[in-house]
Amino acid sequence: MTAIQVRGLRKSYRGHAAVDGVDLDIRQGEVFALLGPNGAGKTTTVEILEGHRKRDAGDVDVLGADPATAGRAWRARLGIVLQTANDAAELTVRESVRHYAAYYPNPAGPDDVIEQVGLTAKADARVKSLSGGQRRRLDVALGVVGRPELVFLDEPTTGFDPEARRQFWELIRNLATSGTTILLTTHYLDEAEALADRVAVIAGGRIVAEGTPATLGGRSTAKATVSWLGPGGRETRTTDTPAALIRELGDHELPELTVTRPSLEDTYLSLIGAPR
Amino acid sequence: MTTAALPSTAGLGLSRGVAELKQFFRQKDHVIFTFTFPAFILVLLGSIFDDAYPGGVTVGQVFAASMVGAGIVATSFLNLGIGVALDREDGTLKRLRGTPMPAAAYFLGKVVLVAVASLAEVVLLLAVGMVVFDVTLPTEAARWFTFAWVFVLSIISCSLLGIAISSFAKSAQSAAAVTNLPYVGLQFMSGIYIPISELPDWMLTVGAVFPVKWAAQGFRSVFLPDSMMVQEAAGSWELGKTALVLGGWCAIGLVLCLLTFRWTNRRAG
Repeated sequence: MTAIQVRGLRKSYRGHAAVDGVDLDIRQGEVFALLGPNGAGKTTTVEILEGHRKRDAGDVDVLGADPATAGRAWRARLGIVLQTANDAAELTVRESVRHYAAYYPNPAGPDDVIEQVGLTAKADARVKSLSGGQRRRLDVALGVVGRPELVFLDEPTTGFDPEARRQFWELIRNLATSGTTILLTTHYLDEAEALADRVAVIAGGRIVAEGTPATLGGRSTAKATVSWLGPGGRETRTTDTPAALIRELGDHELPELTVTRPSLEDTYLSLIGAPR
Repeated sequence: MTTAALPSTAGLGLSRGVAELKQFFRQKDHVIFTFTFPAFILVLLGSIFDDAYPGGVTVGQVFAASMVGAGIVATSFLNLGIGVALDREDGTLKRLRGTPMPAAAYFLGKVVLVAVASLAEVVLLLAVGMVVFDVTLPTEAARWFTFAWVFVLSIISCSLLGIAISSFAKSAQSAAAVTNLPYVGLQFMSGIYIPISELPDWMLTVGAVFPVKWAAQGFRSVFLPDSMMVQEAAGSWELGKTALVLGGWCAIGLVLCLLTFRWTNRRAG
């Protein structure tokens, strides 16, 4: 089953093509990451999928409906986790989650959702007293309280410290385990690698590569770099057949031997054409 | 898949209203600014001028009646002009737009907020008026009927104009300035702060175009004896014209809202 299908999506602002022929297929239950630099067309694409922006051309199907014309019943099946919001500062966490639960026909129990995002101890605290990380957990709670089939997560861990990020990833993994389809946009490649089943890189309004984090952009079959400490200093060779090369180097030990392939970051930077 | 029905718009409007009220009354600076400010001004003004009109009505009593009008303009126009701009800036509207909540429920919630805050404002101002300036409440049903329709038409027209003007502010901070300018200016031109007899004609003419003057005059007709009618610019309470002007602003406000309302601050980009 397909959760999102996009064909030939285009959107221009004042003659500038922000999205220039994007195709996407996201299966139900998949965690899909959309990577790309600022201005690549990520946000425009996602906003069109959410039904918040009109498209110029192309076919878009999200949960079996066209977002441009779909109504409240369709929207009740989506969850949108905002990137930046400071709303409802004066309400408590529990009041906020309860209030948003009331918008949906078949919501989860507010207290269960609060527990799921790890805010039980803060349930009666005013939203304005939460830390940045707790605030984002509340954003997730408000996004999933309606038991959505599809969740949009827009750069969810920007500004997090490493520990908070790990905890947040765990939360997203739990959500994914329950069968929810997740479309994640992010700047962080380790985040995509940690969470996503599949990744697409968008640059200049087009999808320039798509695959699993391990195979993106031919990463798994790219030339390997073999490096070791020789008698005269560090030696480095690139090869398609690293095992054969190491056999060839003989039967003595190779100190500090490493075999590396391009990291996701290397692959990503070459895909978006950034200087390294 | 779920087959459960979507919650009703009216029910959601009510639950928005409860959330709005909680947030309004928990935000102390906002409450002081829009809510107790008119009462504060009333005490100040009534204490500065202490003369009486022929027939024994004091200037303080006239201020109290006029200030009821100005007060509910604060709890409707000022409150929503700033409040909706704030909702746009802090992400409230953006988040709501991503839920199955119908837009009408958001506006219903604002109506509940304005109605409750405005009633509380009237009670506060009348209490101050009764204690400090010996204002007496009318006993005739006809006057309370006038009170009811002037109140309803005033808060509807001013709420709609407040929502409309919020779209002209680039940020929540500028919204305070954008809404206060017409609010304070029109209070002078509508004879709230300064008795009508002291105002130049052109000011009266400008003031007579906008709802503040008619709201204040409507409340004067409720809380002052008919002997005070002669102090009005037209020499009468002009209730028919009041209904017409306030009703007209309801229609204009609705059209402006529909034309200008935005969910976010960001233009297409």
